Amino acid sequence: MQKITREVLIEKAASLLNEGVVSAVYGWKKGEFVYDVTPALFTTTEELEKEFVWGDFCGANFSKYLVASTRKIEGKILVFLKPCDTYSFNQLLTEHRFDREKVYAVGIPCEGMADVSKVKAAAGEGIIAIESTEEGLAVTTLYNDAPVVVPYAEALAERCINCKSKKHVAYDELIGEEGDVLESGRFDQVAELEAMTPDERFAFWQNELSKCIRCNACRDVCPACTCEKCVFNNPVSGAETKAPMGTFEEKMFHIIRAFHVAGRCTDCGECSRVCPQDIPLHLLNRKFIKDINTHYGEYQAGAEVGSRAPLVNYTTEDVEPCDVFERGDKNA
Amino acid sequence: MRKCTAANLDKLFAAIAENAALYLPVDDEKGTAQYKKWAEGTVMSNALNTAKSPKDFFFPQSEDLMKFKTQGKTIELTDIRDEKEDFVVFGVRACDVRSFDILDRVFLVDPRDSYYASRREKGVIVSLACSKPTETCFCSAFGIDATNPAGDVTAWKTEEGFFFKANTEKGEKLMASLEGLTEECTEEAVEAQKAKTAAILEKLPLADLDTDKFGGGKTAELFNDPAWAELSRSCLGCGTCTFVCPTCQCYDIKDFNTGREVIRYRCWDSCMYSEFTRMAHGNNRNSQLERFRQRFMHKLVYYPENNEGIFGCVGCGRCLAKCPISMNIVKVMKTVGGKKDE
Ligand code: SF4
Ligand code: SF4
Ligand code: SF4
Ligand code: SF4
Repeated sequence: MQKITREVLIEKAASLLNEGVVSAVYGWKKGEFVYDVTPALFTTTEELEKEFVWGDFCGANFSKYLVASTRKIEGKILVFLKPCDTYSFNQLLTEHRFDREKVYAVGIPCEGMADVSKVKAAAGEGIIAIESTEEGLAVTTLYNDAPVVVPYAEALAERCINCKSKKHVAYDELIGEEGDVLESGRFDQVAELEAMTPDERFAFWQNELSKCIRCNACRDVCPACTCEKCVFNNPVSGAETKAPMGTFEEKMFHIIRAFHVAGRCTDCGECSRVCPQDIPLHLLNRKFIKDINTHYGEYQAGAEVGSRAPLVNYTTEDVEPCDVFERGDKNA
Repeated sequence: MRKCTAANLDKLFAAIAENAALYLPVDDEKGTAQYKKWAEGTVMSNALNTAKSPKDFFFPQSEDLMKFKTQGKTIELTDIRDEKEDFVVFGVRACDVRSFDILDRVFLVDPRDSYYASRREKGVIVSLACSKPTETCFCSAFGIDATNPAGDVTAWKTEEGFFFKANTEKGEKLMASLEGLTEECTEEAVEAQKAKTAAILEKLPLADLDTDKFGGGKTAELFNDPAWAELSRSCLGCGTCTFVCPTCQCYDIKDFNTGREVIRYRCWDSCMYSEFTRMAHGNNRNSQLERFRQRFMHKLVYYPENNEGIFGCVGCGRCLAKCPISMNIVKVMKTVGGKKDE
C-alpha cells in the first residue's frame, strides 16, 4: 500500500500546471481492471482528476519517455519518479539523452509495486476489483464470494522484493520522506547461477531464452536502450533479425544487448517486468553489475550524473583480463 | 457424444500420439502454459489459455522457404520446406479456433499459401470449451461461443472426464481411432456446464463491449479520429501485441546468406515496427501513431471490410495481459469513435 495518496499527487500536478511551471504531466492512467495502468501525458486538471492513478500497480518508469517528449513538447514536463526511476533518469542525463531544463522532477516514495501475475496466482483468475488495504490487496474475482486478501509481501514484484534503494537520486522537489540505499539480496540468484556447472548454467539459459519470441519489449522499454536505430532493426547493420532463428540467434540478441547496457543498466527491472514470456532478464544484467562490482569496485549506474562507468574508464588499478579469464576457467 | 473418464485420459493421449504428434497446453516451471509435444508423463495444463497463441502450428514464427545456390550463370533452387508430420493440437479454446478461420481467409485465398495449407491439412484441432473465463476475455463480442467451440473435434472437460463431439471428417476419423477408450454418453453433463459457463460469460467485465462503431466502411469516419494520438502516445512499438496475437498475420521474407548459399525464409513481422513494409520510396507509416492505428484499423475495419464483416480480433485478451504499457484493443474500442463509456 502506498503512503502517498493519489490526491496529493494530483494537487501537486494541478498547481504546477495552473501556475504555468509545467505544460504537461507524466502520470499513470487508470485502466479497465485496476492493475492495467498506462503511462500517459496529462495537460489539464480535469484529465488528472478523472484518470490519474497512483497505487500498487504503477510500475511503469517514465524516464525513457522524456527522451522523445522533451523534444516535442513546448515548456516543462512534470514527471513523477519513484526511487528506482531516478537512477534511470540520472543515467539518461549522464548520456545527454534529454534536456534537464525541460523537466520538473517530483520524487515520490514507493512501498513496492505489485505483480499482477503473483496476485492472480494467490487470488485466482477473473479479477474484477482490487483494493489496497492495511493487510494487503483485497482481491475480488468472478469465482470468489468474498475478497481474498493477498499480503503485500506475496504480491510484490521481484524487482521490489530486491529493491536496491528507497533513496531518490534526482528530483526538483520531493514529496514525503526520503529513504535510504538498501542492502538487497539482488545478487543472491546470480550467485546461485555462478555456483552451477557450465553445463547446468547453459541449460538454465537455454531453457529461459528459448522462450523468447523476439517481441523486443525488453529492449523497447529499457531506459538504457535509446539508440535512434538499434542494430537489430537496421537492415544494413548485418545483425538485423526479426525472429528468433533457431536457438542461437536469441542468445545473440540477449548477449549483445546485455553487453551494450553493461555498466549503464541501473537494474530498474523494467525488462523482466514487461517480458511476455517471463524470462528473468534481470539476472543477465545483474551478473554484469556483480562482476563490475567485484573487479572494479562498487558502482551503481545512475547514482550520480556524470559518473564515469568503469567499463569506459581506464585506471592503472583495473583488473587484468587474464584474471577474468582464470575465473572463467573455474566455472564462475 | 463420447466420453473418456479422467482415469483413461493418459491412455487416450497415448493412443492419439501413436498416430500423430500430439501437442497440448503444459505448464512450465513457472506455471505459464505453452503448447508442448506430449510424451509419456506429460500433464495437461489447467490454465485457461496458453501465453503464446497456437498460430505457430500453421504459421510458425520463422520458416525456411527455399534455398538458392548460384554457380556462374546457373542458379539452383531447392525446396527446403519442412514437411510436417500429421499432428493433433488438443485443448484449443474457442477464441483461438476462430483465429484459424481468420488466418485461412488470408493464406488460403488466391494465391494460396502452400506452406500454410499443408500444415492446415496435416493438423487436427481438438478444441476445448471454457468453464472459467477470465476478466480479459471478450470473445462473445465477436460472436464466439466459448462454451461450444468449433474445431475438428469439440471437447468439454468436467469433473467426470472429457466429453467429445466430432464436427468434421478429420474429427470423426480421430474419434473412430479412439473408440476403445471412449464410450457413448448423453449430453446432460455438457449441457449443464454450458449453462453454467454462459452465466459467467454474461458477468464478465467486458461482456458488453460494443463493436457497432467498427466494421467495414468505417475508414473515413475513424481514420482521423483525434483519439489515436493519445492512445498511441506511450506505445513502445515493441510488437508484443502482434506476436502474442492469434490473428496477426504479417510476415517479412528475407534472405540469409550463409556464404555458400542463400536461404530464403519468412518470419513474423509487425506493423508496430518502424521497418515494417519499408519500400524503395521510404516508409509509408512514419509515426508510431500511424503504425498503432494500422494494427487496430486492420482488425476492426479493414479485415471485416474484406471478409463479410468478420472482425480480425477474437477477444482472446492476450494483448490485454501482455502489453508492457497496458494499452490494447479494448481501450481502443472504448475510446475511438466517441467518448469512452463510463
Ligand atoms: S521481452 Fe521477452 S520475449 Fe520479448 S524480446 Fe525480450 S526476452 Fe524476448
Ligand atoms: S500496443 Fe503495447 S504491446 Fe503493442 S507495440 Fe505498443 S507497447 Fe508494444
Ligand atoms: S487483438 Fe488482442 S484480443 Fe484480439 S485476437 Fe489479438 S491478442 Fe487477442
Ligand atoms: S476469450 Fe472466450 S474462448 Fe477465449 S479463453 Fe476466454 S472465454 Fe475462452
